Amino acid sequence: MNENREVDTVTSTITAPADPGVTARAGNRPTAVRVSGVSKRFHPQGPVVLDGIDLTIRRGEFVCLLGASGCGKSTLLSLIAGLEKPSTGEIDVVGPGAALMFQESALFPWLTARGNVELALRLHGAPKGVRRERADELLALVRLSGAGDKRVHELSGGMRQRVALARSLAQDRDVLLMDEPFAALDAITRDLLHDELERIWHETGRTIVFITHNVREAVRLGERVLLMSSRPGRIVREWRVDVTGERRIEAPDVSRLSVEITDHLREEIRRHAH
Amino acid sequence: MPTDARSVAEPSGPADTRELEAGLDALQTATPAPGRPERVQRLSRALLAPAVALTVLLAIWQVVTLAGVRPGYVMPGPSDVAAAFGQLWQRGDVQAAVATSLERGVVGFVVAVLIATPVGLLVARVRWVRTAIGPLITGLQVLPSVAWVPAAIIWFGLTDATVYFVILMGAVPSIINGLVSGIDHVPPLFRGVGRVLGAGRLQMIRWVILPAALPGYLAGLRQGWAFSWRSLMAAEIIAVGGTIGFGLGSLLQQGRELQLMSTVIVAILLILVVGILVELAVFAPLERRLLHNRGLSPDRAR
Repeated sequence: MNENREVDTVTSTITAPADPGVTARAGNRPTAVRVSGVSKRFHPQGPVVLDGIDLTIRRGEFVCLLGASGCGKSTLLSLIAGLEKPSTGEIDVVGPGAALMFQESALFPWLTARGNVELALRLHGAPKGVRRERADELLALVRLSGAGDKRVHELSGGMRQRVALARSLAQDRDVLLMDEPFAALDAITRDLLHDELERIWHETGRTIVFITHNVREAVRLGERVLLMSSRPGRIVREWRVDVTGERRIEAPDVSRLSVEITDHLREEIRRHAH
Repeated sequence: MPTDARSVAEPSGPADTRELEAGLDALQTATPAPGRPERVQRLSRALLAPAVALTVLLAIWQVVTLAGVRPGYVMPGPSDVAAAFGQLWQRGDVQAAVATSLERGVVGFVVAVLIATPVGLLVARVRWVRTAIGPLITGLQVLPSVAWVPAAIIWFGLTDATVYFVILMGAVPSIINGLVSGIDHVPPLFRGVGRVLGAGRLQMIRWVILPAALPGYLAGLRQGWAFSWRSLMAAEIIAVGGTIGFGLGSLLQQGRELQLMSTVIVAILLILVVGILVELAVFAPLERRLLHNRGLSPDRAR
């Protein structure tokens, strides 16, 4: 229908005065996730959900996958997490695999906040003696030191997602995949968790692949923002956000980029009107 | 601020973020219920209504008896039954019957749990086992376990084996079904989390499936106990003599044979009371704790 159906990736970079070194550094870092020529259909006769995805994510990078509902971004995440197998193509993830965090906190309601983190440590093979201490450290990292003994139903939505984040970090994987983790939260809590996630990303040096349908969120968090088309899911465009530092959501370049990306996203959605 | 974080650095960032977060956490966390009612007060409230109902029932019963609708040996009043109870108590029959039945009920129930739990896990988790014996187990639950008494007497004679066999046939299918439905109702998301966290097959069962299925399992145990107790009574009423001891069912049957209606009523009431007490002392507290821990407590709805 238009040029966006093409698979090739257009990169437009916003160069902000803040830190031009980021791009260069990212280019030198070793690869954390490599997706090459990946397609996915769930049934042999079924529709193509993902089509020819090529993607390289470097270690320590923060990448946001942006797309409308049904564009296959969650499927792509399941493939990277190893929960599904690609129909064609290959996926390489550094180390023993990736940690995954869901939209719902999916904490186990029969355990306390600390118990949930400790279970992740146990399943990861951490010896008995260190689990409790390590769990407390992780809860401190997400600023929930006092809530370790609370049951899941006693925590607010934002606190649950922070416990879920601590649980994901307990797996000690290089790559952290996040599937719209803040979509169900109110705006103020979400803004706060953006700050927290950015801080934790800096402190832990994790590679983060973050899925969202919220442009503002993608631009707020990502070093790179990838826009996906729907049915079939393809990566149609890519932006690099070189603005860093506190309050970057207020930077004028970032606002301009948000508007630009939103236009493209709307264009993508409009294609499905007929 | 905690000072003992070691491998993880103390969260940095502007102080207002931290304060904002702390404020949100405080606002969004449920405040403890303002002063739960005193324990004594709660207990008396829980006991008052049933006590009133019981008194009214007894009064109606007494009035009907005094009206002489039926002769006393067919329909004894509460006072006659109380007198019979006193006599049986003094002879030690009540204590012996309750002890015998309760011991058998508990032993039979425990054995049923030990058999039903692994079988239930297999039925729930292994497809061909479910296809093979799933329908049979559901069917067995429909079959009243009394139907097994004649067969058991022929196979095992008038021995305790007969009693235990009937208990197992009554309790095992309901415990299996409870466990299977508990496992079937585990949200797929929990399994997904288990897989993402790297749980192996056995770890998944131990740390995810079983705890998640616990409410269904507990419901199965509860029903299993009810079926154990009923089956036991049926067996004791039908199979009397031999090396079978003297239980509550036997007391009931003895009352019928001697045409002692007050003994019959004493036995019925004892069977009922023991059943209710086990429910109140064992299953109700277990369930309350389970629901409370998961934030499903009915107290909150009220």
